[in-house]
Amino acid sequence: MTRPVRAPFRMFLVTLCALLVGAGMQLATPVMAQEPPRIVIGSAVIEPMPIAAPTFIDEGGAGDYAREITRVVISDLEGTGFFRTIPEEAQISRVTSFDGGIAFEDWKAINAQVLVTGAVSVAGDRITVKFRAYDVFNGTTLDGAALQFAGTTDGWRRMAHKVADVIYSKITGESGYFDSRVVFVSESGPKNARLKRLAVMDYDGANVAYLTDSSSIVLAPRFSPQGERIVYTSFETGFPRITLMDVASLQRRTLEEQPGTMTFAPRFSPDGRTVVFSLERGGNSDIYVLDLDSGVLSQLTNSPSIETAPSFSPDGSQIVFESDRSGGQQIYVMPAGGGEATRISGGEGRYGTPVWSPRGDYIAFTKQNAGRFHIGVMRTDGSEERLLTASFLDEGPTWAPNGRDRWSGKRPGLVAAFAMKSDAQPIHSGCQSC
Amino acid sequence: MSIAAKSVLLIGFLVLAACNNPDRYGAGGAGGAGGAGGAGGIDTTGLGDPNNPTSIAYFNQTVGDRVLFAVDQSTISPEGRAVLTAQAQWLLTNTGYAAIIEGHADERGTREYNLNLGAKRAAAVQNFLISQGVPPGRLRTISYGKERPIEICSTEACYSQNRRAVTVLSAGAGV
Repeated sequence: MTRPVRAPFRMFLVTLCALLVGAGMQLATPVMAQEPPRIVIGSAVIEPMPIAAPTFIDEGGAGDYAREITRVVISDLEGTGFFRTIPEEAQISRVTSFDGGIAFEDWKAINAQVLVTGAVSVAGDRITVKFRAYDVFNGTTLDGAALQFAGTTDGWRRMAHKVADVIYSKITGESGYFDSRVVFVSESGPKNARLKRLAVMDYDGANVAYLTDSSSIVLAPRFSPQGERIVYTSFETGFPRITLMDVASLQRRTLEEQPGTMTFAPRFSPDGRTVVFSLERGGNSDIYVLDLDSGVLSQLTNSPSIETAPSFSPDGSQIVFESDRSGGQQIYVMPAGGGEATRISGGEGRYGTPVWSPRGDYIAFTKQNAGRFHIGVMRTDGSEERLLTASFLDEGPTWAPNGRDRWSGKRPGLVAAFAMKSDAQPIHSGCQSC
Repeated sequence: MSIAAKSVLLIGFLVLAACNNPDRYGAGGAGGAGGAGGAGGIDTTGLGDPNNPTSIAYFNQTVGDRVLFAVDQSTISPEGRAVLTAQAQWLLTNTGYAAIIEGHADERGTREYNLNLGAKRAAAVQNFLISQGVPPGRLRTISYGKERPIEICSTEACYSQNRRAVTVLSAGAGV
């Protein structure tokens, strides 16, 4: 990541940058205020934006926190692929006081477009983190990017993620997602005696906490829109049942328990008040919705084929799901109240586990073709299909809250995030017990 | 595996046994779980002598407790029909037993789809047994999808062992 580069190379880099800046200065007519630094995600090729984030200042008792927080901020931003941090060794200026003046010329000279400064202080178990992000060229603070976070020291990582979230959102115009958690199934043991536990972690793999023991199979957990509840499939009763868990208390209850049926593949509606899922009876499954407050159950499909993996559109008006009504597994869209479904997938192979993006623009899916699993995305009408991954067992994509990134369970225990970039490189992977 | 993990596994087994969960998989898996009897509300079912035609062991080994399926299919094969016909006869003779039919799939399919596929396989077996006269009240089904393979696979010969429906007996008719 930001390991020190060898000296000769570093020198070369600095010299080259200086030359480029020098040339630009000669050509430029009177310096005019420029547009603030901005990354437009979704453009075909994004050149990482050079930023400088010198180690946050220790304003008392901060010890390792200042260095670690800086490290996490840099890791978050670089992990998106949209930023490149200039190593501290290449920086000319030192920031010794959070409120002191900034020698912008020194930061321009190393071609930093954005400078992030910060300070950390710790008193007892309280920690305060403050930061500013500067538009180096214009010599100004980025609008709204000067904040202070305070709390207990065990929340230091979240504060670092919040700093990165603010910087990311100010520069890209998208909401950040670094201070978000992922709920997943942690697997251990051999494949034919696998133990599965419900777990949550920070988006970057830190702070793993287990929510269930491994005594029963758990599948496909999803957070509620507000993040206070999780819905998943559990075999705890002996049969697959959709189950609701309160994250704070870990209390859980089975949602739908008709004898002779099995319920699975649950997802919340965008308002968090209903859950859409599959209910199987006599070998046939259809899609149902359950109102969590009233307990009213409604059947949305009625077909002798397999109907499963439903997911709401972000406005709650439609549901995307998979069905083999035409022979093979394909993806369909229907009104949220049920009714006629339109098939949207049409390529070779089998399509499953469709998930509507939070922005409403894409549907991510699992595709199986020629013995391979792929994660792909398509427009909501099925056009512009693109496959992002190829592996043996890559299934069940999930969107990050900002709709830009997706997580998918790859190998057991491995969680990978893929940026919505043209090359779809993995931007992060965290390994749990693999 | 660490000792801690082993103890978790053991606790898992006990909990499963306590709720009489049919979560028994693998060759001899039923024997292992069935043997973990004891206090704490755990139902213990004796496996009996495999030479005794009324024992669970005889059912599992001689009658045959499972049928296999073709890729992505839930149709019962001629071999499967022979096994299930024998299962039905045994169940009609030994009326003190109920059964849970577990449907399973190989790992080539998404989790959700395979849960459905396993359910279709279990239902196909249930329907066949009912057609042979077994009272529906003695039969329940469950699907494990691809979550409980008995073999770790990379070949078709191996996958075929995982595409199965297993009839798991328990004492006490009329579940």
